[in-house]
Amino acid sequence: MQITLQKIDDYRWRIPKNYKQGMHVPGVVFADAELLKDIVRDKALEQVANVAFLPGIVKYSLAMPDIHWGYGFCIGGVAATDVEGGGVISPGGVGFDINCGVRLMRSDIEAKDVKPRIKELVTALYNTVPAGVGSEGKIRVTEPEERKILVNGAKWAVDNGMGTNDDLEHTEEKGRMEGADPEMVSDRAYQRGKRQSGTLGSGNHFLEIQEVDEVYDEKSANILGIWKGQITVMIHSGSRGFGYQICDDYSRGMVKTVVKYNIQVPDRQLSCAPVKSPEGQAYIGAMKCAANYAWNNRQCLMHLTREVFEKFFKKSFKELGMFLVYDVAHNIAKFERYNIDGCDKLLCVHRKGATRAYPPGHPDLPAAYKEIGQPVIIPGDMGRNSYLLLGAAKAEETFYSTCHGAGRRLSRKAAVDACAGRSISRELSEKGIFVMAAERGTLAEEAPEAYKNVTQVVAVVHNAGISKRVCRMRPIGVIKG
Amino acid sequence: NAAYGMFDIIADLSNLKISVATEVSIEAGSREELLVRWLDELLYNFYVKGIIYSRFEISRMDDNSLKGAAHGRHVGDNRSRLKREIKAATFHGLEIKEENGGYVTEIVFDV
Repeated sequence: MQITLQKIDDYRWRIPKNYKQGMHVPGVVFADAELLKDIVRDKALEQVANVAFLPGIVKYSLAMPDIHWGYGFCIGGVAATDVEGGGVISPGGVGFDINCGVRLMRSDIEAKDVKPRIKELVTALYNTVPAGVGSEGKIRVTEPEERKILVNGAKWAVDNGMGTNDDLEHTEEKGRMEGADPEMVSDRAYQRGKRQSGTLGSGNHFLEIQEVDEVYDEKSANILGIWKGQITVMIHSGSRGFGYQICDDYSRGMVKTVVKYNIQVPDRQLSCAPVKSPEGQAYIGAMKCAANYAWNNRQCLMHLTREVFEKFFKKSFKELGMFLVYDVAHNIAKFERYNIDGCDKLLCVHRKGATRAYPPGHPDLPAAYKEIGQPVIIPGDMGRNSYLLLGAAKAEETFYSTCHGAGRRLSRKAAVDACAGRSISRELSEKGIFVMAAERGTLAEEAPEAYKNVTQVVAVVHNAGISKRVCRMRPIGVIKG
Repeated sequence: NAAYGMFDIIADLSNLKISVATEVSIEAGSREELLVRWLDELLYNFYVKGIIYSRFEISRMDDNSLKGAAHGRHVGDNRSRLKREIKAATFHGLEIKEENGGYVTEIVFDV
Protein backbone atom coordinates (compact mmCIF):
# COMPACT_ATOMS: atom_id res chain seq x y z
CA MET A 1 0.00 0.00 0.00
CA GLN A 2 1.34 3.45 -0.95
CA ILE A 3 1.75 5.90 1.94
CA THR A 4 0.66 9.46 1.13
CA LEU A 5 2.77 11.75 3.25
CA GLN A 6 1.29 15.05 4.41
CA LYS A 7 3.77 17.90 4.42
CA ILE A 8 3.92 19.76 7.76
CA ASP A 9 6.83 21.94 6.73
CA ASP A 10 10.03 21.61 4.66
CA TYR A 11 11.51 19.16 7.19
CA ARG A 12 8.52 17.38 8.73
CA TRP A 13 6.12 14.97 7.05
CA ARG A 14 3.15 13.20 8.57
CA ILE A 15 1.89 9.64 8.04
CA PRO A 16 -1.78 10.06 8.95
CA LYS A 17 -3.18 7.94 11.75
CA ASN A 18 -5.87 6.56 9.46
CA TYR A 19 -3.26 5.17 7.02
CA LYS A 20 -3.57 1.78 8.70
CA GLN A 21 -6.22 0.53 11.10
CA GLY A 22 -4.61 -0.12 14.44
CA MET A 23 -2.32 2.92 14.52
CA HIS A 24 -2.78 4.72 17.83
CA VAL A 25 -0.89 7.84 16.71
CA PRO A 26 0.32 9.34 13.42
CA GLY A 27 3.89 9.02 12.16
CA VAL A 28 6.20 12.01 11.73
CA VAL A 29 9.25 11.77 9.48
CA PHE A 30 12.04 14.34 9.59
CA ALA A 31 13.48 14.69 6.08
CA ASP A 32 13.70 17.06 3.15
CA ALA A 33 12.16 16.39 -0.27
CA GLU A 34 15.49 15.18 -1.66
CA LEU A 35 16.12 12.61 1.10
CA LEU A 36 12.54 11.40 0.82
CA LYS A 37 13.24 10.12 -2.69
CA ASP A 38 15.58 7.50 -1.17
CA ILE A 39 13.47 6.94 1.95
CA VAL A 40 10.39 5.83 0.02
CA ARG A 41 12.37 3.16 -1.84
CA ASP A 42 12.38 0.66 1.02
CA LYS A 43 9.87 -0.41 3.67
CA ALA A 44 11.00 2.09 6.30
CA LEU A 45 7.86 4.25 6.23
CA GLU A 46 5.68 1.16 6.57
CA GLN A 47 7.70 0.31 9.67
CA VAL A 48 7.11 3.80 11.08
CA ALA A 49 3.38 3.16 10.67
CA ASN A 50 3.68 -0.29 12.29
CA VAL A 51 5.41 1.15 15.37
CA ALA A 52 2.33 3.33 15.91
CA PHE A 53 0.49 0.12 16.91
CA LEU A 54 2.50 -0.20 20.12
CA PRO A 55 0.29 0.01 23.21
CA GLY A 56 0.81 3.21 25.19
CA ILE A 57 2.65 5.03 22.41
CA VAL A 58 2.53 8.78 22.95
CA LYS A 59 2.11 11.60 20.40
CA TYR A 60 3.69 10.00 17.29
CA SER A 61 5.94 7.34 15.85
CA LEU A 62 9.02 9.31 14.81
CA ALA A 63 11.65 8.85 12.14
CA MET A 64 14.87 10.77 11.70
CA PRO A 65 16.29 11.77 8.28
CA ASP A 66 18.79 8.88 8.23
CA ILE A 67 15.91 6.40 8.35
CA HIS A 68 16.15 3.02 6.56
CA TRP A 69 14.45 -0.31 7.08
CA GLY A 70 15.39 -2.54 10.02
CA TYR A 71 13.95 -5.40 12.05
CA GLY A 72 10.55 -4.34 13.30
CA PHE A 73 11.45 -0.74 14.01
CA CYS A 74 13.20 1.10 11.22
CA ILE A 75 16.73 2.34 11.87
CA GLY A 76 16.31 6.00 12.78
CA GLY A 77 13.09 5.36 14.68
CA VAL A 78 11.98 6.93 17.96
CA ALA A 79 8.90 5.94 19.95
CA ALA A 80 7.89 6.79 23.51
CA THR A 81 5.36 4.80 25.53
CA ASP A 82 3.54 5.82 28.71
CA VAL A 83 4.90 3.59 31.47
CA GLU A 84 2.00 4.12 33.88
CA GLY A 85 -0.54 3.88 31.09
CA GLY A 86 0.27 0.29 30.09
CA GLY A 87 3.01 1.37 27.70
CA VAL A 88 5.29 -1.34 26.35
CA ILE A 89 8.97 -1.90 25.77
CA SER A 90 10.04 -3.68 22.59
CA PRO A 91 13.51 -5.21 22.07
CA GLY A 92 13.06 -4.44 18.36
CA GLY A 93 12.86 -0.76 19.32
CA VAL A 94 16.32 -0.96 20.86
CA GLY A 95 17.96 -3.17 18.28
CA PHE A 96 20.21 -6.20 18.26
CA ASP A 97 23.31 -4.16 18.99
CA ILE A 98 22.19 -2.73 22.32
CA ASN A 99 23.97 0.56 23.02
CA CYS A 100 25.68 0.67 19.70
CA GLY A 101 27.08 4.15 20.05
CA VAL A 102 29.89 6.51 19.31
CA ARG A 103 32.40 8.61 21.20
CA LEU A 104 34.56 11.53 20.16
CA MET A 105 37.94 12.40 21.62
CA ARG A 106 39.54 15.79 21.02
CA SER A 107 43.30 16.45 21.12
CA ASP A 108 45.92 19.19 20.99
CA ILE A 109 47.49 17.52 17.95
CA GLU A 110 47.50 19.36 14.64
CA ALA A 111 46.40 17.40 11.58
CA LYS A 112 49.41 18.66 9.62
CA ASP A 113 51.70 16.84 12.08
CA VAL A 114 49.87 13.54 11.61
CA LYS A 115 49.15 13.41 7.88
CA PRO A 116 52.74 12.60 6.76
CA ARG A 117 52.74 9.58 9.12
CA ILE A 118 49.09 8.55 8.91
CA LYS A 119 49.83 5.08 7.50
CA GLU A 120 52.16 4.34 10.37
CA LEU A 121 49.64 5.51 12.97
CA VAL A 122 46.70 3.64 11.43
CA THR A 123 48.80 0.50 11.14
CA ALA A 124 49.73 0.75 14.81
CA LEU A 125 46.07 1.09 15.73
CA TYR A 126 45.09 -1.77 13.42
CA ASN A 127 47.66 -4.02 15.10
CA THR A 128 46.44 -3.09 18.58
CA VAL A 129 42.66 -2.77 18.40
CA PRO A 130 40.94 -6.14 17.78
CA ALA A 131 38.49 -5.89 14.87
CA GLY A 132 36.55 -8.11 12.51
CA VAL A 133 35.10 -11.62 12.62
CA GLY A 134 36.58 -13.92 15.25
CA SER A 135 38.54 -11.13 16.92
CA GLU A 136 38.98 -11.44 20.64
CA GLY A 137 39.78 -8.84 23.23
CA LYS A 138 42.82 -8.90 25.50
CA ILE A 139 40.61 -8.42 28.54
CA ARG A 140 40.05 -11.74 30.29
CA VAL A 141 37.92 -11.74 33.42
CA THR A 142 36.38 -14.24 35.78
CA GLU A 143 32.61 -14.56 35.84
CA PRO A 144 32.23 -12.51 39.05
CA GLU A 145 34.32 -9.78 37.41
CA GLU A 146 32.23 -9.99 34.22
CA ARG A 147 29.16 -9.35 36.35
CA LYS A 148 30.84 -6.23 37.71
CA ILE A 149 31.26 -4.99 34.12
CA LEU A 150 27.54 -5.51 33.52
CA VAL A 151 26.61 -3.54 36.63
CA ASN A 152 29.30 -0.84 36.56
CA GLY A 153 29.75 -0.26 32.83
CA ALA A 154 32.58 2.10 31.90
CA LYS A 155 33.36 2.62 35.59
CA TRP A 156 34.80 -0.91 35.61
CA ALA A 157 37.37 0.09 33.01
CA VAL A 158 38.25 3.27 34.93
CA ASP A 159 38.56 1.34 38.22
CA ASN A 160 40.97 -0.99 36.42
CA GLY A 161 43.24 1.74 35.16
CA MET A 162 41.70 2.23 31.69
CA GLY A 163 40.51 5.82 31.93
CA THR A 164 39.59 8.66 34.25
CA ASN A 165 36.56 9.89 36.16
CA ASP A 166 36.50 12.79 33.70
CA ASP A 167 35.78 10.22 30.95
CA LEU A 168 32.75 9.02 32.90
CA GLU A 169 31.49 12.58 33.40
CA HIS A 170 31.51 12.99 29.61
CA THR A 171 29.63 9.79 28.83
CA GLU A 172 25.86 9.46 28.51
CA GLU A 173 24.54 8.05 31.81
CA LYS A 174 28.13 8.43 33.03
CA GLY A 175 28.77 5.15 31.26
CA ARG A 176 26.51 3.16 33.53
CA MET A 177 22.76 2.62 33.68
CA GLU A 178 21.43 1.95 37.17
CA GLY A 179 19.30 -1.13 37.59
CA ALA A 180 21.26 -3.57 35.43
CA ASP A 181 20.41 -7.11 36.57
CA PRO A 182 22.93 -9.81 35.66
CA GLU A 183 20.44 -12.47 36.82
CA MET A 184 18.32 -11.59 33.79
CA VAL A 185 21.15 -12.45 31.39
CA SER A 186 21.27 -15.95 29.94
CA ASP A 187 24.31 -18.15 30.15
CA ARG A 188 24.46 -18.07 26.35
CA ALA A 189 24.84 -14.29 26.42
CA TYR A 190 27.65 -14.57 28.97
CA GLN A 191 29.40 -17.10 26.79
CA ARG A 192 29.07 -14.92 23.68
CA GLY A 193 30.33 -11.82 25.43
CA LYS A 194 33.21 -13.45 27.28
CA ARG A 195 36.03 -12.75 24.86
CA GLN A 196 34.73 -9.68 23.13
CA SER A 197 35.34 -6.90 25.65
CA GLY A 198 37.61 -4.33 24.06
CA THR A 199 36.86 -5.34 20.47
CA LEU A 200 35.67 -3.08 17.70
CA GLY A 201 33.36 -5.45 15.88
CA SER A 202 32.64 -5.36 12.17
CA GLY A 203 30.16 -4.06 9.59
CA ASN A 204 29.77 -0.32 10.08
CA HIS A 205 31.83 -0.20 13.27
CA PHE A 206 35.05 1.77 12.99
CA LEU A 207 37.81 3.75 14.63
CA GLU A 208 38.58 6.94 12.75
CA ILE A 209 41.29 9.60 12.96
CA GLN A 210 39.78 12.87 11.79
CA GLU A 211 40.66 16.46 11.07
CA VAL A 212 38.27 19.25 12.08
CA ASP A 213 37.88 21.05 8.78
CA GLU A 214 35.05 23.48 9.50
CA VAL A 215 33.76 25.22 12.65
CA TYR A 216 30.26 26.70 12.57
CA ASP A 217 29.80 27.72 16.20
CA GLU A 218 33.04 29.16 17.59
CA LYS A 219 31.72 29.87 21.07
CA SER A 220 30.49 26.30 21.64
CA ALA A 221 33.57 24.87 19.95
CA ASN A 222 35.77 26.72 22.46
CA ILE A 223 33.86 25.26 25.38
CA LEU A 224 34.18 21.79 23.82
CA GLY A 225 37.92 22.22 23.18
CA ILE A 226 37.47 22.03 19.39
CA TRP A 227 39.36 24.07 16.76
CA LYS A 228 39.92 23.97 13.01
CA GLY A 229 42.85 21.82 11.90
CA GLN A 230 42.74 19.69 15.05
CA ILE A 231 42.96 15.90 15.22
CA THR A 232 39.95 14.14 16.73
CA VAL A 233 39.32 10.41 17.14
CA MET A 234 35.91 8.82 16.75
CA ILE A 235 35.07 5.29 17.91
CA HIS A 236 31.87 3.50 16.86
CA SER A 237 31.08 0.17 18.51
CA GLY A 238 28.50 -1.56 20.68
CA SER A 239 27.71 -4.56 22.86
CA ARG A 240 28.95 -7.16 20.36
CA GLY A 241 27.68 -10.73 20.65
CA PHE A 242 26.57 -10.15 24.22
CA GLY A 243 23.93 -7.60 23.29
CA TYR A 244 22.91 -9.67 20.27
CA GLN A 245 22.21 -12.71 22.38
CA ILE A 246 20.15 -10.69 24.87
CA CYS A 247 18.03 -9.21 22.08
CA ASP A 248 17.60 -12.66 20.56
CA ASP A 249 16.67 -14.28 23.90
CA TYR A 250 14.07 -11.65 24.76
CA SER A 251 12.65 -11.14 21.27
CA ARG A 252 11.91 -14.82 21.14
CA GLY A 253 10.23 -14.77 24.56
CA MET A 254 8.11 -11.75 23.74
CA VAL A 255 6.49 -13.50 20.78
CA LYS A 256 4.61 -15.41 23.50
CA THR A 257 4.24 -12.33 25.72
CA VAL A 258 2.14 -10.44 23.16
CA VAL A 259 -0.33 -13.34 23.25
CA LYS A 260 -0.38 -13.33 27.05
CA TYR A 261 -1.17 -9.60 27.21
CA ASN A 262 -3.41 -9.62 24.14
CA ILE A 263 -1.22 -7.15 22.22
CA GLN A 264 -1.77 -6.82 18.48
CA VAL A 265 1.26 -5.87 16.44
CA PRO A 266 1.54 -6.21 12.64
CA ASP A 267 5.14 -7.56 12.70
CA ARG A 268 6.51 -10.27 15.04
CA GLN A 269 9.69 -8.23 15.27
CA LEU A 270 7.68 -5.61 17.18
CA SER A 271 6.97 -8.11 19.93
CA CYS A 272 6.85 -6.34 23.27
CA ALA A 273 5.74 -6.46 26.88
CA PRO A 274 4.24 -3.86 29.22
CA VAL A 275 7.12 -2.02 30.91
CA LYS A 276 5.72 -2.83 34.35
CA SER A 277 5.20 -6.54 33.62
CA PRO A 278 7.69 -9.17 34.89
CA GLU A 279 8.69 -9.83 31.28
CA GLY A 280 9.24 -6.14 30.59
CA GLN A 281 11.26 -5.68 33.76
CA ALA A 282 13.38 -8.74 32.98
CA TYR A 283 14.26 -7.38 29.54
CA ILE A 284 15.06 -3.95 30.97
CA GLY A 285 17.41 -5.48 33.54
CA ALA A 286 19.21 -7.40 30.78
CA MET A 287 19.21 -4.48 28.35
CA LYS A 288 20.92 -2.32 30.94
CA CYS A 289 23.59 -5.02 31.36
CA ALA A 290 24.24 -4.91 27.61
CA ALA A 291 24.28 -1.10 27.64
CA ASN A 292 26.88 -1.15 30.41
CA TYR A 293 28.91 -3.80 28.56
CA ALA A 294 29.00 -1.51 25.51
CA TRP A 295 30.07 1.57 27.46
CA ASN A 296 32.81 -0.46 29.07
CA ASN A 297 33.77 -1.69 25.59
CA ARG A 298 34.09 1.83 24.17
CA GLN A 299 36.04 2.96 27.23
CA CYS A 300 38.50 0.06 26.72
CA LEU A 301 38.79 0.85 23.00
CA MET A 302 39.55 4.48 23.84
CA HIS A 303 42.17 3.36 26.35
CA LEU A 304 43.86 1.18 23.71
CA THR A 305 43.76 4.11 21.28
CA ARG A 306 45.35 6.45 23.80
CA GLU A 307 48.11 3.92 24.45
CA VAL A 308 48.92 3.77 20.73
CA PHE A 309 49.03 7.56 20.49
CA GLU A 310 51.25 7.73 23.59
CA LYS A 311 53.79 5.35 22.03
CA PHE A 312 53.57 7.13 18.68
CA PHE A 313 54.06 10.66 19.99
CA LYS A 314 56.09 9.69 23.08
CA LYS A 315 53.84 11.78 25.32
CA SER A 316 51.08 10.91 27.77
CA PHE A 317 47.50 11.17 26.52
CA LYS A 318 46.98 14.05 28.95
CA GLU A 319 49.94 15.92 27.46
CA LEU A 320 48.39 15.25 24.04
CA GLY A 321 45.07 16.66 25.28
CA MET A 322 43.24 13.49 24.32
CA PHE A 323 40.11 14.06 26.35
CA LEU A 324 36.66 12.68 25.76
CA VAL A 325 34.23 15.23 24.32
CA TYR A 326 31.25 12.91 24.77
CA ASP A 327 29.91 9.40 24.24
CA VAL A 328 26.36 8.78 23.00
CA ALA A 329 24.23 5.68 22.65
CA HIS A 330 22.07 5.30 19.58
CA ASN A 331 20.34 1.93 20.20
CA ILE A 332 18.72 2.08 23.61
CA ALA A 333 15.56 2.59 25.66
CA LYS A 334 15.55 5.24 28.36
CA PHE A 335 13.11 6.27 31.05
CA GLU A 336 12.57 10.02 30.89
CA ARG A 337 9.92 12.43 32.14
CA TYR A 338 7.98 14.68 29.76
CA ASN A 339 5.00 16.98 29.98
CA ILE A 340 2.33 15.43 27.78
CA ASP A 341 -0.86 17.47 27.43
CA GLY A 342 -0.27 19.17 30.78
CA CYS A 343 0.59 15.97 32.69
CA ASP A 344 4.04 14.97 33.89
CA LYS A 345 4.60 11.45 32.58
CA LEU A 346 7.33 8.84 32.78
CA LEU A 347 7.97 7.60 29.26
CA CYS A 348 9.93 4.68 27.91
CA VAL A 349 11.78 6.32 25.01
CA HIS A 350 13.02 3.87 22.38
CA ARG A 351 15.84 5.26 20.24
CA LYS A 352 16.89 2.84 17.55
CA GLY A 353 19.50 4.41 15.33
CA ALA A 354 18.74 7.74 16.98
CA THR A 355 20.67 9.89 19.45
CA ARG A 356 19.58 11.65 22.59
CA ALA A 357 19.93 15.44 22.26
CA TYR A 358 19.38 17.20 25.58
CA PRO A 359 19.09 20.99 25.43
CA PRO A 360 21.07 23.66 27.30
CA GLY A 361 20.23 23.70 31.00
CA HIS A 362 19.26 20.05 31.27
CA PRO A 363 20.15 18.74 34.75
CA ASP A 364 21.74 15.52 33.39
CA LEU A 365 24.45 17.36 31.48
CA PRO A 366 28.06 17.71 32.72
CA ALA A 367 28.58 21.12 34.35
CA ALA A 368 30.83 22.27 31.49
CA TYR A 369 28.04 21.70 28.94
CA LYS A 370 25.03 23.07 30.80
CA GLU A 371 25.30 26.36 28.93
CA ILE A 372 25.55 24.85 25.44
CA GLY A 373 23.60 21.57 25.51
CA GLN A 374 24.50 17.93 25.00
CA PRO A 375 27.08 17.05 22.32
CA VAL A 376 25.62 14.89 19.57
CA ILE A 377 28.16 12.94 17.53
CA ILE A 378 27.10 12.09 13.97
CA PRO A 379 29.44 9.79 12.05
CA GLY A 380 29.23 9.93 8.26
CA ASP A 381 30.68 7.39 5.85
CA MET A 382 34.41 6.76 5.59
CA GLY A 383 34.82 8.91 2.49
CA ARG A 384 32.97 12.01 3.56
CA ASN A 385 32.37 13.98 6.72
CA SER A 386 31.23 13.49 10.30
CA TYR A 387 29.66 16.18 12.43
CA LEU A 388 29.45 17.38 16.00
CA LEU A 389 26.14 18.94 16.97
CA LEU A 390 24.47 20.11 20.18
CA GLY A 391 21.01 19.31 21.51
CA ALA A 392 18.45 22.12 21.33
CA ALA A 393 15.29 23.12 23.19
CA LYS A 394 13.12 22.51 20.12
CA ALA A 395 14.03 18.81 20.32
CA GLU A 396 11.40 18.40 23.02
CA GLU A 397 9.05 17.56 20.13
CA THR A 398 11.16 14.48 19.36
CA PHE A 399 11.60 13.49 23.03
CA TYR A 400 15.01 15.12 22.73
CA SER A 401 16.10 12.84 19.93
CA THR A 402 17.95 13.43 16.69
CA CYS A 403 19.65 11.48 13.90
CA HIS A 404 22.58 9.11 14.46
CA GLY A 405 24.51 8.93 11.20
CA ALA A 406 24.24 8.88 7.45
CA GLY A 407 21.87 5.93 7.10
CA ARG A 408 22.28 3.32 4.38
CA ARG A 409 20.81 3.94 0.96
CA LEU A 410 22.18 0.85 -0.82
CA SER A 411 21.98 -2.72 0.41
CA ARG A 412 25.33 -4.42 0.94
CA LYS A 413 24.83 -6.43 -2.25
CA ALA A 414 23.97 -3.33 -4.25
CA ALA A 415 27.02 -1.56 -2.83
CA VAL A 416 29.29 -4.47 -3.82
CA ASP A 417 27.77 -4.46 -7.32
CA ALA A 418 28.28 -0.70 -7.62
CA CYS A 419 31.92 -1.07 -6.59
CA ALA A 420 32.74 -3.95 -8.94
CA GLY A 421 36.08 -3.46 -10.61
CA ARG A 422 37.02 -0.55 -8.36
CA SER A 423 39.58 -0.26 -5.62
CA ILE A 424 37.83 1.59 -2.82
CA SER A 425 41.02 1.82 -0.78
CA ARG A 426 42.77 3.50 -3.72
CA GLU A 427 39.88 5.90 -4.29
CA LEU A 428 39.97 6.86 -0.62
CA SER A 429 43.76 7.16 -0.67
CA GLU A 430 43.45 9.66 -3.53
CA LYS A 431 41.30 11.73 -1.21
CA GLY A 432 43.95 11.53 1.50
CA ILE A 433 42.19 8.82 3.55
CA PHE A 434 44.12 5.71 4.57
CA VAL A 435 41.88 2.72 5.42
CA MET A 436 42.60 -0.70 6.87
CA ALA A 437 39.79 -3.26 7.11
CA ALA A 438 39.89 -6.62 8.87
CA GLU A 439 37.24 -8.34 6.76
CA ARG A 440 37.27 -8.96 3.03
CA GLY A 441 34.48 -7.17 1.28
CA THR A 442 33.97 -4.58 4.02
CA LEU A 443 35.30 -1.67 1.99
CA ALA A 444 32.91 -2.22 -0.92
CA GLU A 445 29.93 -2.74 1.38
CA GLU A 446 30.86 0.37 3.36
CA ALA A 447 31.74 2.50 0.32
CA PRO A 448 30.65 6.14 0.65
CA GLU A 449 27.91 5.80 -1.98
CA ALA A 450 26.24 3.07 0.12
CA TYR A 451 25.19 5.80 2.52
CA LYS A 452 23.03 8.88 2.38
CA ASN A 453 24.92 12.15 2.32
CA VAL A 454 25.38 12.93 6.02
CA THR A 455 25.65 16.65 5.26
CA GLN A 456 22.06 16.53 3.98
CA VAL A 457 20.93 14.52 7.00
CA VAL A 458 22.55 16.98 9.41
CA ALA A 459 21.12 19.94 7.50
CA VAL A 460 17.61 18.60 8.12
CA VAL A 461 18.01 18.29 11.89
CA HIS A 462 19.81 21.64 12.05
CA ASN A 463 17.15 23.45 10.01
CA ALA A 464 14.34 21.67 11.86
CA GLY A 465 15.91 23.07 15.03
CA ILE A 466 16.28 19.80 16.93
CA SER A 467 20.06 19.95 17.05
CA LYS A 468 22.61 22.53 15.98
CA ARG A 469 25.91 22.15 14.06
CA VAL A 470 29.13 22.93 15.89
CA CYS A 471 31.80 21.61 13.55
CA ARG A 472 32.57 19.20 10.73
CA MET A 473 35.32 16.58 10.62
CA ARG A 474 36.82 14.67 7.73
CA PRO A 475 38.48 11.26 7.98
CA ILE A 476 42.20 10.87 7.36
CA GLY A 477 42.73 7.38 8.80
CA VAL A 478 40.17 4.60 9.35
CA ILE A 479 40.11 1.10 10.82
CA LYS A 480 37.12 -1.06 10.01
CA GLY A 481 36.18 -4.54 11.13
CA ASN B 1 21.95 -25.95 2.58
CA ALA B 2 21.06 -22.80 4.48
CA ALA B 3 23.70 -23.62 7.09
CA TYR B 4 26.31 -24.26 4.39
CA GLY B 5 25.36 -20.99 2.71
CA MET B 6 25.74 -19.12 5.98
CA PHE B 7 29.15 -20.56 6.80
CA ASP B 8 30.25 -19.97 3.23
CA ILE B 9 29.71 -16.28 3.92
CA ILE B 10 31.61 -16.48 7.20
CA ALA B 11 34.64 -18.43 5.99
CA ASP B 12 36.42 -20.08 3.10
CA LEU B 13 35.22 -23.68 3.43
CA SER B 14 37.21 -25.19 0.56
CA ASN B 15 39.22 -28.25 1.63
CA LEU B 16 38.39 -27.71 5.29
CA LYS B 17 39.49 -30.87 7.14
CA ILE B 18 36.73 -31.89 9.49
CA SER B 19 37.74 -32.83 13.03
CA VAL B 20 34.82 -32.05 15.37
CA ALA B 21 31.08 -32.55 15.47
CA THR B 22 28.35 -30.71 17.36
CA GLU B 23 24.97 -32.29 18.06
CA VAL B 24 21.98 -29.94 17.72
CA SER B 25 18.49 -30.59 19.01
CA ILE B 26 15.90 -27.80 18.89
CA GLU B 27 12.16 -27.13 18.95
CA ALA B 28 10.18 -24.23 17.53
CA GLY B 29 6.67 -23.01 16.83
CA SER B 30 6.95 -23.04 13.03
CA ARG B 31 9.19 -24.16 10.14
CA GLU B 32 10.53 -20.63 9.74
CA GLU B 33 11.37 -20.37 13.42
CA LEU B 34 12.99 -23.81 13.29
CA LEU B 35 15.24 -22.65 10.44
CA VAL B 36 16.29 -19.46 12.25
CA ARG B 37 16.96 -21.29 15.50
CA TRP B 38 19.02 -23.97 13.70
CA LEU B 39 21.16 -21.26 12.10
CA ASP B 40 21.46 -19.26 15.33
CA GLU B 41 22.48 -22.40 17.23
CA LEU B 42 25.29 -22.96 14.74
CA LEU B 43 26.33 -19.30 14.99
CA TYR B 44 26.39 -19.55 18.76
CA ASN B 45 28.72 -22.54 18.56
CA PHE B 46 30.93 -20.70 16.07
CA TYR B 47 31.34 -17.77 18.43
CA VAL B 48 31.61 -19.65 21.70
CA LYS B 49 33.51 -22.79 20.67
CA GLY B 50 35.31 -21.24 17.71
CA ILE B 51 34.26 -23.92 15.21
CA ILE B 52 33.81 -23.34 11.47
CA TYR B 53 31.21 -25.84 10.19
CA SER B 54 31.12 -27.17 6.62
CA ARG B 55 29.02 -30.35 6.68
CA PHE B 56 25.53 -30.73 8.07
CA GLU B 57 23.16 -33.62 8.55
CA ILE B 58 19.59 -33.76 9.80
CA SER B 59 18.67 -37.11 11.39
CA ARG B 60 15.10 -36.22 12.31
CA MET B 61 12.86 -33.29 11.49
CA ASP B 62 9.24 -32.21 11.45
CA ASP B 63 7.66 -28.76 11.34
CA ASN B 64 8.42 -28.10 14.99
CA SER B 65 11.58 -29.95 15.90
CA LEU B 66 14.91 -30.92 14.51
CA LYS B 67 17.78 -33.18 15.53
CA GLY B 68 21.01 -33.11 13.64
CA ALA B 69 24.72 -32.54 13.66
CA ALA B 70 27.21 -30.09 12.25
CA HIS B 71 30.77 -31.06 11.40
CA GLY B 72 33.73 -28.74 11.14
CA ARG B 73 37.05 -27.64 12.52
CA HIS B 74 38.21 -25.25 15.24
CA VAL B 75 39.26 -21.84 13.90
CA GLY B 76 42.72 -22.17 15.50
CA ASP B 77 45.25 -21.93 12.67
CA ASN B 78 42.45 -21.41 10.16
CA ARG B 79 41.95 -17.76 11.12
CA SER B 80 42.95 -16.70 7.61
CA ARG B 81 39.87 -18.51 6.27
CA LEU B 82 37.53 -16.09 8.08
CA LYS B 83 35.80 -13.66 5.73
CA ARG B 84 33.08 -11.81 7.55
CA GLU B 85 30.98 -11.70 10.67
CA ILE B 86 27.34 -12.76 10.68
CA LYS B 87 25.71 -11.60 13.89
CA ALA B 88 22.33 -13.30 13.55
CA ALA B 89 19.85 -14.91 11.18
CA THR B 90 16.67 -12.81 11.15
CA PHE B 91 12.98 -13.32 10.49
CA HIS B 92 12.84 -10.37 8.13
CA GLY B 93 10.63 -11.38 5.19
CA LEU B 94 11.28 -15.04 5.96
CA GLU B 95 9.07 -17.55 4.23
CA ILE B 96 9.77 -21.17 3.28
CA LYS B 97 8.13 -22.12 -0.02
CA GLU B 98 7.77 -25.44 -1.75
CA GLU B 99 9.13 -25.41 -5.29
CA ASN B 100 9.89 -28.16 -7.81
CA GLY B 101 9.70 -30.91 -5.21
CA GLY B 102 11.97 -29.07 -2.80
CA TYR B 103 12.01 -25.99 -0.61
CA VAL B 104 13.35 -22.52 -1.22
CA THR B 105 13.76 -19.55 1.05
CA GLU B 106 15.54 -16.22 1.33
CA ILE B 107 17.14 -15.30 4.65
CA VAL B 108 18.37 -11.88 5.75
CA PHE B 109 21.50 -12.12 7.89
CA ASP B 110 22.47 -9.28 10.16
CA VAL B 111 26.09 -8.44 9.43
